[in-house]
Amino acid sequence: MSQPIVTFDKVNKWYGNDFHVLRDIDLSVAKGERIVICGPSGSGKSTLIRCINRLEEHQQGRLIVDGVELSDDVKAIDQVRKEVGMVFQQFNLFPHLTVLENLTLSPMWVGKTPKKEAEEKAMEQLQRVRIAEQASKYPLQLSGGQQQRVAIARALCLKPKIMLFDEPTSALDPEMIKEVLDVIIELANQGITMICVTHEMGFAKAVADRVIFMDQGQIVEQNNPNDFFNNPQNERSRDFLSKILGH
Amino acid sequence: MDAQTFQPIAPRPAPGKTEGLLPWMRSNLFGNWPTSLGTVVLGALLLWLVPQMLSWTLLRAVWVPQVEACRMDGVGACWGVVAEKYRLIIFGRYPFDEQWRPLVATVLMVSILMASCARAFWKPWLALLWLAVLGAFFTIMFGGVLGLSRIETDRWGGLPLTILLASLSIAMAFPVALLVALGRRSSMPAIRSVCTVYVELIRGVPLISVLFMASFMFPLFMPQGFTIDVLIRVLVGITLFAAAYMAEVIRGGLQAIPKGQVEAAATLGLSYWQTQRKIVLPQALAMVVPGIMNGFISTFKDTSLVTIVSLYELTGSMGLALNSDAEWRPFKIEGYLFIASLYFLFCFSMSRYSHWVEKQVNKSKLR
Repeated sequence: MSQPIVTFDKVNKWYGNDFHVLRDIDLSVAKGERIVICGPSGSGKSTLIRCINRLEEHQQGRLIVDGVELSDDVKAIDQVRKEVGMVFQQFNLFPHLTVLENLTLSPMWVGKTPKKEAEEKAMEQLQRVRIAEQASKYPLQLSGGQQQRVAIARALCLKPKIMLFDEPTSALDPEMIKEVLDVIIELANQGITMICVTHEMGFAKAVADRVIFMDQGQIVEQNNPNDFFNNPQNERSRDFLSKILGH
Repeated sequence: MDAQTFQPIAPRPAPGKTEGLLPWMRSNLFGNWPTSLGTVVLGALLLWLVPQMLSWTLLRAVWVPQVEACRMDGVGACWGVVAEKYRLIIFGRYPFDEQWRPLVATVLMVSILMASCARAFWKPWLALLWLAVLGAFFTIMFGGVLGLSRIETDRWGGLPLTILLASLSIAMAFPVALLVALGRRSSMPAIRSVCTVYVELIRGVPLISVLFMASFMFPLFMPQGFTIDVLIRVLVGITLFAAAYMAEVIRGGLQAIPKGQVEAAATLGLSYWQTQRKIVLPQALAMVVPGIMNGFISTFKDTSLVTIVSLYELTGSMGLALNSDAEWRPFKIEGYLFIASLYFLFCFSMSRYSHWVEKQVNKSKLR
C-alpha cells in the first residue's frame, strides 16, 4: 500500500479538563481513499476531521497530514491548510462578497494569483458545480443547495489533495440534498481523497471505500460499506444503524 | 389522512383608495379617537407656537448691526449681533487683519473632508492629499514662513479650530479604536488586559478631566524645558477619549460575526490580519455604522469642551465675542442660535452621510 496521506497515531483530545472527546484514535487514510464517518451526535466525528486542518488541536498523539506533522508550528499548519479543503454544515460563505469574490479571495490573497487568472479558474470551478450563472450574486440571494455548491467550488479553488466534508447536507432542505450530493459524488469519481461526516447512508454506500463508525470519542468499527451496513459487528453500530434505518 | 383537493380562495373586494391627501389624513391623523384627539391638541399647540416663533425670528427681527435698534420695545430677534460679531465668533482671537488665513485653511479642510466622503476619491493618493492639506492648514494658520506672520496656537479659535479638532481626533480615533477592539478579543492575555484597562479607565472619567490632565497635569510630568503644544495635547486627549468609546462599538460588531466565518477563512489559508481585513471587519463595521457615526457626531460636539483649557473653538469664541462687549452681551441667545445652526449643519450632514454609507454596505443583503 502506498504511503498514507493522513495518519492518526494514538490521538487524544479533551475539551476543557474533563470532556475526553477523542480517545486513542488510530486511523490512516490512503491517497485517493473515500471515507465516510458516521455515529451518534457528540461522538467526536466533527472534531476528528477538524483536527486534520487544525481547526481543533489535539493534545496527545501524532497527526501527520501529507507528510507534515501538525503541532503548534504555524508554518506546518499553513502548509497543511494549503492541501486540505473543507466544506461546512453551515456553508460559511462570506456574505459581503459575491460568489465570484468568495472563490477568488484566497487564490488572490494567499496564492498571489493575478485577478484575471483567479477569476477564470473560479469560473471553471463554478461550472464544475453547475452554478456559473450565479457568479455575480451574493450568497444570501441563493438557495441553501446553491450556497453549499458554491462552498464546494470555493474549497476546490485551492486545488486541495484532501477534501473534508462536515455534514454538508444536514442544514439543507430535503429537496436540495440531492443536488449537493451529486456534486460530491462527481468529485469522488475524480480520485480526490475525501473524508466526509454524514448521515446520508445511501451516499455512503454509493461512494465510500470505507465507513468508520464512531461513538464516545472512539472508532468503534470500520469496514467497507457493504459489510458495515449489512453485517455490523459491534453492538453499538447495530444499535445506531437500527435507529437511523429503522423507518 | 384524507387527500385534500386544492380549493382556491374566493375573491375579496379590492381595498379602499389609500392614495391622495384625504385618505392619507383619514388614516394617519384621524384613524381613531385617540389619534384624532392627539391631532387636534398638537395642531392647536403648533398654531399657537409657530406664529410666535416666526414673528420673533423673522417678522419682528432686527437685521442691522445697531444696538439701539435692538433695544427698542417690541422687537424680536436681534440678528444684528451676528452681523456685528460674526468674524469674532467664527475666527475667535485670530488677529483680525489675518483672518483670511483661517478662512482659506478652513475651506481647504472642509473641501477635503467632503471629497473623502465620495467613493470616487477612495484611492491611495487621497492619503497623500490629506497630508498635503494638513501641511497647508498648519502652514497657513501658524505662519512664520513665506512672509506670513507667526500666530501661536493659543490665538487660534472659532470654527477652524472646531473643524481641526473634530476631524483630526475622529481620523486618529478610528484606527486606534479598531486596534483596541481587536486587542480586546486577542488570544494573548497581555494585549487583552492592556486594551481592557485602557477602555475602562477612559470610560470611567469625564472628558473634562481628560482635557484637564492633558492641559495642566501632563506638563508637570515632563522634563524641564520640554513642552508639547497645548493644541496637540488636547488633540491626543480627545482622540484617546473618543477611541475608547468607539472601540466598544466596534467590538459589538466583532462579537456578532459567526465563528464559522473565521474558520472558513482559516481553511482557505488566510492569515490573522487578512482574515480581519477581508472578512471580519467589513462585516462588523457594516453592522455598526450607526453607532460609529454616533461617536463621530458626539466627538464633533465634544470639542466645545476645550474652552475650559483656554482653547476658544466655536462655542468658546462665541462666548468671548459677546462677553467682552457689554453693549451686545444681552443678545447672547441670538449668538447661540447662530452657532447652533452651524453645529446642526455639520451634524446633520454627517447623519445623512451615515445613511448613505449604510445603504452602500448593506447592498449584499438585498435579495
